[in-house]
Amino acid sequence: MPTDNDKNIQEIRKKIALNKLRDHLFWIIGLLSTLIGFVLLFTLIIDLFIDGFPRLGWQFFTSYPSRFPEKAGILSAWVGTILVMIVTAATAVPLGIAAGIYLEEYGKKNWLTHLIEINMNNLAGVPSIVYGLLALGLFVYFLKFGESILTGGLTLGLLILPMVVIATRESIRAIPNSIREASYALGATKWQTIKDHVLPYSFGGILTGVIIGLSRAIGETAPIITVGALTFIAFLPSSLITSEFPFLSFKWLMDPFTVMPIQMFNWISRPQTAFHINAAAAGIVLLLMTLFMNGFAIYLRYRFRKRIKW
Amino acid sequence: MEFKEKFIEKILLLIAFSSISILALIAFFIFGEGLPLIWKIGPKAFLFGERWVPSQGSFGILPMIVGSFWVTFGALLLGIPLGLACAIFLCEWTPPWAGMILRSAIQVLAGIPSVIYGFWGLVVLVPLVRNYLGGPGLSILSGSLILSIMILPTIISISEDSLKALPPSYKAGALALGATHWETIWRVLVPAARSGIVASIILGMGRALGETMAMIMILGNAVKMPSSFLDSARTLTTNIGIEMGYATGDHRQALFATGVILFLIIMFLNALAIVLSRRRVG
Repeated sequence: MPTDNDKNIQEIRKKIALNKLRDHLFWIIGLLSTLIGFVLLFTLIIDLFIDGFPRLGWQFFTSYPSRFPEKAGILSAWVGTILVMIVTAATAVPLGIAAGIYLEEYGKKNWLTHLIEINMNNLAGVPSIVYGLLALGLFVYFLKFGESILTGGLTLGLLILPMVVIATRESIRAIPNSIREASYALGATKWQTIKDHVLPYSFGGILTGVIIGLSRAIGETAPIITVGALTFIAFLPSSLITSEFPFLSFKWLMDPFTVMPIQMFNWISRPQTAFHINAAAAGIVLLLMTLFMNGFAIYLRYRFRKRIKW
Repeated sequence: MEFKEKFIEKILLLIAFSSISILALIAFFIFGEGLPLIWKIGPKAFLFGERWVPSQGSFGILPMIVGSFWVTFGALLLGIPLGLACAIFLCEWTPPWAGMILRSAIQVLAGIPSVIYGFWGLVVLVPLVRNYLGGPGLSILSGSLILSIMILPTIISISEDSLKALPPSYKAGALALGATHWETIWRVLVPAARSGIVASIILGMGRALGETMAMIMILGNAVKMPSSFLDSARTLTTNIGIEMGYATGDHRQALFATGVILFLIIMFLNALAIVLSRRRVG
């Protein structure tokens, strides 16, 4: 004869078993949803490689786009991407780091810094196509830079500026105050402290942010399409180096251009499937560029984190 | 020395201030180009007009607004449970070494250019939808599926941060009271971190609303009111991206005006996210 007590114990055991089951069930659900992202990531990459890998070759990197898919290549696209990135880095890096230093080291807590802070967060969330509209209004219509490398680079520079500022601030904030106090105690001025201590120690974090920002800029297409650079470019911008003094030319800044993602988009929009193979091949190159940059940034982050022990 | 210090400070202030004036520049240029047209045809006709035929001068962006929200809603429907489950899993069940790998992979996922997502959607997802569910394949459903993957990194990383920021005593307290691990997560940790989680969802929503290239390739871009998830659609962003290349006159201004609406929506969402993530749980 089972007593009430036995029944209770049985019920409790059942409940515990149920709870354990629920714990395990959720563990499985969590694992599955985590895996979905990675499975997709891998199918995406593998699929791209299967489609495009046979197309990759010397000829693909050294040919201009063409009407014939098997003759077309990405020469003007990768050269354009590198030149645009030079302009982007030259705008976003100095401006972003300077703004970050001011906000962390000088900015007092008043309405102005508060405003700057809110705006930074807002800017990071503004869609890239809106930056394209800004660039069209400011650089193309107002400053008359045309659909040039300068316009493209400046646009992407503005786009990643908030990322650089945020990365700079975060890595400066991670430096303990004792470092600054030690420097002041030895008689250094504020700027000397920043230049000789704060900046060198936060260098790794800032570099990581800059690389991630640039890798995002490499893949951006929408703002560049908005400024009107979706054109057929079968030539290279003018050379950086000239034979006469001063041996450096900046004429390329005003040249029309195309970049990797635009070239890829161009090929995707064609109806012939042969161009889709080209698009996949261009996609592989683009993906490798961004993966390499991201991987480098991740490596840098862990390396610097490991090396510095306060 | 004193002078040099002051000088450097002023220069830095100038740069910091000019960096944030980008927002003012954006507002100045897109409002300057877009607002005159909105006044010309009337805000009501612009926002609630169902006809977008630039050649006849009719500029109604309601189909695009509705399209944007359908796609975003679909993306959130999939992205929120997936992202939240992933964030909880990363925070509660993953050993540090695995967490490091997974977090790096999420960062990689966030760094993949949207043209590549778009291409993949076009050659893999669109034929699947067309063959198994019917319709043109270039549809809101395909767009939502791709977008839900694209917003995952945003939702995961911010939710995970806010879960991690909780004081450990919450978890210890709940476990000590006899709650199971699952009960602790679902009844204590998630509610306590909800402001951060909601902020992550809002930011993911902003990301979905702002996506352009992948949507140009996948949505089909038809200007009409969508009636099902298998319909093709056009969003605010793709409207600008497709037509800006050749638009002139009123048409161009109408595209800037589309940008004004998009900008206002995003600013509203950002403000909401900032307010929510500021709020601390007592």
